[in-house]
Amino acid sequence: MCSESWKCCTAAIRRNAAPGRCVSIVSCKAQGEIATLPAPTASTLTSPPLRIDALVKRFGQVTAVDGITLELRPGECLGLLGPNGAGKSTLIRSIVGRVVPDAGSITVFGGRADSAMARKALGWVPQELALYPRLTCRENLQSFGRYHALSGPSLEQAVAQCLNWATLTDRAGELVKHLSGGMKRRLNMAAGLIHEPKLILMDEPTAGVDPQSRNHIFEMIEKLRDGGMAIIYTTHYMEEAERLCDRVAIVDHGHIIALGTNAELVQNAFGARSQVLARFAGASESIAVWVAQRGGRTVDGTAQFTIEHPTEIAGLLEDSAKAGLELLDVSLRKPNLESVFLHLTGRELRD
Amino acid sequence: MLTMMISIMRTAMVSLRRDRGALALSFVLPVVFFSIFAVIFGGRRDTTPKVSVLVVDEDHSRASERLVQGLKHEGSLVVKTRPAPVKGVEQPEYTAATAEAAVKAGTAPVALIIPHGFGENPISFGSAEANRPTIQLLEDSSDMVAPQVIAGFLQKVAITSMPDLMAEQGSKYFDQFAGGLTREQRERVDESLRSLRQQQDSVATSSGSGSGGGGIIGVTARAVVGQNRDMVSFYAAAIGVMFLLFTASGAAGALLEEAESGTLDRVLSSRVTMSTLMLGKLTYNSLLAFSQLVLMFLWGWAVFKLDFWSHIPGFVVMGVSTAIAVAAFGLLLASICHTRAQLGALSTLVILVMSSIGGSMFPRFLMPESMQKAGLFTINAWAIDGFTKIFWRDEPVSHLWPQVLVLLGIAVVLFAIARRVARRWEFS
Repeated sequence: MCSESWKCCTAAIRRNAAPGRCVSIVSCKAQGEIATLPAPTASTLTSPPLRIDALVKRFGQVTAVDGITLELRPGECLGLLGPNGAGKSTLIRSIVGRVVPDAGSITVFGGRADSAMARKALGWVPQELALYPRLTCRENLQSFGRYHALSGPSLEQAVAQCLNWATLTDRAGELVKHLSGGMKRRLNMAAGLIHEPKLILMDEPTAGVDPQSRNHIFEMIEKLRDGGMAIIYTTHYMEEAERLCDRVAIVDHGHIIALGTNAELVQNAFGARSQVLARFAGASESIAVWVAQRGGRTVDGTAQFTIEHPTEIAGLLEDSAKAGLELLDVSLRKPNLESVFLHLTGRELRD
Repeated sequence: MLTMMISIMRTAMVSLRRDRGALALSFVLPVVFFSIFAVIFGGRRDTTPKVSVLVVDEDHSRASERLVQGLKHEGSLVVKTRPAPVKGVEQPEYTAATAEAAVKAGTAPVALIIPHGFGENPISFGSAEANRPTIQLLEDSSDMVAPQVIAGFLQKVAITSMPDLMAEQGSKYFDQFAGGLTREQRERVDESLRSLRQQQDSVATSSGSGSGGGGIIGVTARAVVGQNRDMVSFYAAAIGVMFLLFTASGAAGALLEEAESGTLDRVLSSRVTMSTLMLGKLTYNSLLAFSQLVLMFLWGWAVFKLDFWSHIPGFVVMGVSTAIAVAAFGLLLASICHTRAQLGALSTLVILVMSSIGGSMFPRFLMPESMQKAGLFTINAWAIDGFTKIFWRDEPVSHLWPQVLVLLGIAVVLFAIARRVARRWEFS
């Protein structure tokens, strides 16, 4: 059974559907579970959901996007990881046509990004809560559905599915301004999916959300991802990228500085090496000087060293004792995306 | 404590300095308003409005001609005995009928008809001759001032321009009530009268002070426009249009809210284009404005006995034209501004100035001519003129074409500019 239409549809597309697979979509329709779904064309089946070539966007003297080239694979969740101001949102806004690039091209399922087909295939969850506060949840979804040319039973069905997906069915009649922050976020996401797109762009959908609500949102996105929806997900939270994304593009100063799976990025940056984190008592200046001499970095008062083998820890601690530093605690960890970003840029993700 | 107070003052001053809207409201609006009302209500003498009056002399007697000449010499009056030339061709003099039609059409607020036989007994004291022909004063009762002014001037001119006739009439009264003069007395009186006539013929009427006061010239006033009506319809239109402008700019401000919240971006990323969006807003805001007008006039009918139901076609035509114009005006203001606060300040400034010049606060016919002309650049003036034609002058709908044309023209131009300015929301 197809519990969500986009799940069913994109799953079919993801499986690179042969004509026979398309029948399964039709059969879903026959069961009344998919209201309006554009029939996949040869181009949508063979072209990647999204292809960006040498995209450039400048705002005055600032180059927000500086020659980004990127391709999203069918059914893939690609994370754009980078600090605030890295150019992630400008890239997303370029894809949805809200920003006009100075150079480069964008194609969605093989068609121009500003074509009617692309608009139909694209869903966008903006970073802002782009909702009508004086309308109810249902009325908001109905409005955005109508803006995408949905009407009648297909609109009502899409609204019901979105409310269900966002677990807001019991709050359907509630005014948006009375919802909690997490609920607004979920409705904001649902509004981006109302027209059953095949590719969804999520621009920091968890911004300003408490941990419990964030977890709820992760589960919603995982449902989409497991259903085969192609997703672009921007965040500056390493944990989110690690949990949700099949591949991660690390963005900094308008460039993609690294692209790959989580494991690939770590492998490329650190190989088999590990990280030692140590905290010392005493004057931070003298600690920083010693850490730098030993080839490490000091981040938030914690010394970080990269080592080839865990046995190197003993030598490191011995040296610190000789330097007169009093060790408070020490730990060994495998490098993560945060480490990769720090390694590549010399800065933290949240700088 | 003093330091803290100074610090608070400094913070407030910096905030004000950076809020251009608040600055304009604080310093520009009062000066603009002061200037407008100073021009309307007085200040320089040469800007005092003149009262137009149409004069029909059916009598063509010495007395009537003297009276017309006296009125023409009054600097505060514009006396017209015939319509303005059409393509250089002189028009025939007004008759009682054409003058009445001209007052109904709003050419002048007052017409004076000097009837046949007026010259035989031009002046009377008290009600000695109740059946004598009296001057007819045809008035447009929407102008509460002009008829009073003309009535006063008539009495004044009678005294200053016809002293010989007054003396002659006095002599007649003496003959009637005291038994007449001796032959010698009659010759002396006649000689004095001759002297007075010669003096009067050779000296132009002065604009001396003093009014007729006691009513030595018989005048019968008759309202030919707005009979048995009060000013409710005028105020319904005047106040209505002003608030329509405020509502329209407020409603259009939703566009700014949507832009700030990101909703506008989301809408524009769907199948909706900027033109569709703005046309949708224009239609909605027009309907809102029209509903407001309906409510206001229905209230006028229910509470103030405004004759609403017999003017429905004209009301609909003017209401729709006005509503579309104010909606386009609101969209233009919203598209120019970047924040709600800016819109609030700008709309208050522009709407209050437009309302004061355009006749929403003070009837335009009481304003100096230059100000009346300036009013033609406002939506208020055209809308109020149109509604006055319907509810006051009972003119047919076909007479509304200048107002409808101008209001719809304003709407098209303002909407086109607003659409152009709104391009900044389309792409960045």
